[in-house]
Amino acid sequence: MSAGFDWIALTEFAAIGLLSGGLLALIALGFVLIYKGTGVINFAMGEFMMLGAYFFYTANVLWGLPTWLALALTLAAVALAAALIERALLRPLSGQPVISVLMATIGLASALHGGVDAIWGGNNYEMPALLPRKPFTPGDILIPGQIVWSFALAAVVIAAFTLYFRFSKTGIAMRAAASDPLTAYVLGIDVRRTQALTWIFAGMVGAVAGIVVASMTSLSPALGGAALGVLAVIILGGLDSIAGAIVAGLIVGLIESLTAGYLGGKVRDIVPYAIVLVILLIRPYGLFGTRQIERL
Amino acid sequence: MRIGDFRASYRHDEALWPTRVQRTGLLLLALVLAVFPFSANGYLVGLACMVGIHCIAAAGLNIMTGYTGLISLGHAAFMGVGCYTAAWFAQRGLPFFVTLPLAGLFAAGIGIVVGLPSLRIKGLYLAVATLATQFLLVYVFREWDSVTGGVRGVNVPNASLFGLELNNDHRMYYLIVPVAALMLVGGRNLFRTRVGRAFIAIRDKDISAEVLGIELLHYKLAAFAIGSFYAGVAGALLGYFYRAMTPEYFTLQLSVFYLAAIIVGGLGSMLGTILGAVFMTLVPELLRGGVAFVAQWAPSATEILSPIQQVVFGLLIMGFLVFEPHGLLEIWRRVRRMFHLWPFRA
Repeated sequence: MSAGFDWIALTEFAAIGLLSGGLLALIALGFVLIYKGTGVINFAMGEFMMLGAYFFYTANVLWGLPTWLALALTLAAVALAAALIERALLRPLSGQPVISVLMATIGLASALHGGVDAIWGGNNYEMPALLPRKPFTPGDILIPGQIVWSFALAAVVIAAFTLYFRFSKTGIAMRAAASDPLTAYVLGIDVRRTQALTWIFAGMVGAVAGIVVASMTSLSPALGGAALGVLAVIILGGLDSIAGAIVAGLIVGLIESLTAGYLGGKVRDIVPYAIVLVILLIRPYGLFGTRQIERL
Repeated sequence: MRIGDFRASYRHDEALWPTRVQRTGLLLLALVLAVFPFSANGYLVGLACMVGIHCIAAAGLNIMTGYTGLISLGHAAFMGVGCYTAAWFAQRGLPFFVTLPLAGLFAAGIGIVVGLPSLRIKGLYLAVATLATQFLLVYVFREWDSVTGGVRGVNVPNASLFGLELNNDHRMYYLIVPVAALMLVGGRNLFRTRVGRAFIAIRDKDISAEVLGIELLHYKLAAFAIGSFYAGVAGALLGYFYRAMTPEYFTLQLSVFYLAAIIVGGLGSMLGTILGAVFMTLVPELLRGGVAFVAQWAPSATEILSPIQQVVFGLLIMGFLVFEPHGLLEIWRRVRRMFHLWPFRA
């Protein structure tokens, strides 16, 4: 313990990191839902976030609707878009090789990104601040209010989904279809419907995350690229584990915040990818993921 | 057209291009390619050079992804390695016929390192791992100032042959196209050898391939090395072609572009590679022309050119995957089948 070490700064970085990890976990939830439900990593997750943020901006700022109505409209619109995408793109591709489905989501990302750019333009928009800005000051440290509230919001959304999957009939059906589609089908679960629902839920989760991220920074098509860094979270947590997404979200948030604090922003941007590589080398199925065993 | 073509000997059966029609066609193609720069303007020749470079890089990716089944989202970064290697050696006075293979070898070395985890992970996990490599390598390109010139980029001296400076597109064409032809024929030949057939076995089912006695580690690494070698050579040619390069060129978008090219063209086929590379290079240019045409009446159209290109790019990928998963190659085959017995009726 060296003299003069700034413990307050360390605590502050750590607290901010853990709290901003909540948002990472929320985005990761969007990835995990789709992977569990349909076996696909959705590379268009960031574009769902972007879409949600732009819809909300249009409804709330351009049309002047109240926040709750704009939010409801946005969720409905994104849900509709996700359902259409699942029906027109993913369902015809079910059972195709990994690379086909992977490239389909990448193509989707490109088309959505270009579409948003063409309609709304590439400018930065200022989003209204949805979350209170008043900072929290426990002890000597200072934490921006938006980060705390975004953590709370993420926790509520994640908890709601967990409860839904645990107790609701549809949620249980979705879990059954995710763990073994064929058996679920035989038992009378409409697997197509649960898969469509999976995409709708993931789209809505993405939209909420997108609105929150955009309101904390600003709104531009660049938002679409933000989700790629979250791949670190889902790889660390295990692709098919919601609990893993939460724990890994906090860990990655902490690591990112500490590197940003001590090594600078440039290093921070590549930290998620370094984490990905290390985990894939040591423990490819992540902290809580299912270990896949292959047979001939 | 193919009537009366019987394979009467093993040699004939094993020939790279077994029929006379194919050989005549290739000869004609070679002639057309040789005289093309004399009849075309600078814009078209430049475009042809880009097509050649894209063909080489896409061929490398097709060897890895289409033939061996190892998905890579980091192909552009391997090209970057090749480009910077060539630049570094060219600045120290080495001629292009030394720097090109060196660029390929350096990229292959990095490819082997990246490929090492591929024994444990595959499919989506490998895609994510190569994606991470893509970002890490571009970070290195940006930060390693003394070699890569950082964000300002690097200058590549002109390639020269026997004192002739290859300082314009017409001259570069005669470097790029022969190299591309050589590497594409090499790629086609590769899959008539033990190594190539092992790659295909690994793609179809790697565990079965291992049971059959194919050393997975060696062959997966070989696929990574060969694919990255192609990328490295393509990157080096790109450096010579543009004469200056910045890290911003070797982005994830470029990696995705090559994946799109081989999917649109046809996975696991050299002809598909060429079709895909030509198609994906020409589509943005056609769009540019179309938008310029529309802009005569609606000047604001030029502003949305790049978003439109993105949308069309995405729609092409999705459209081919859903409606024509075997790509342009399958369309080509269908057309050719129509002419098999031509001029007689089937």
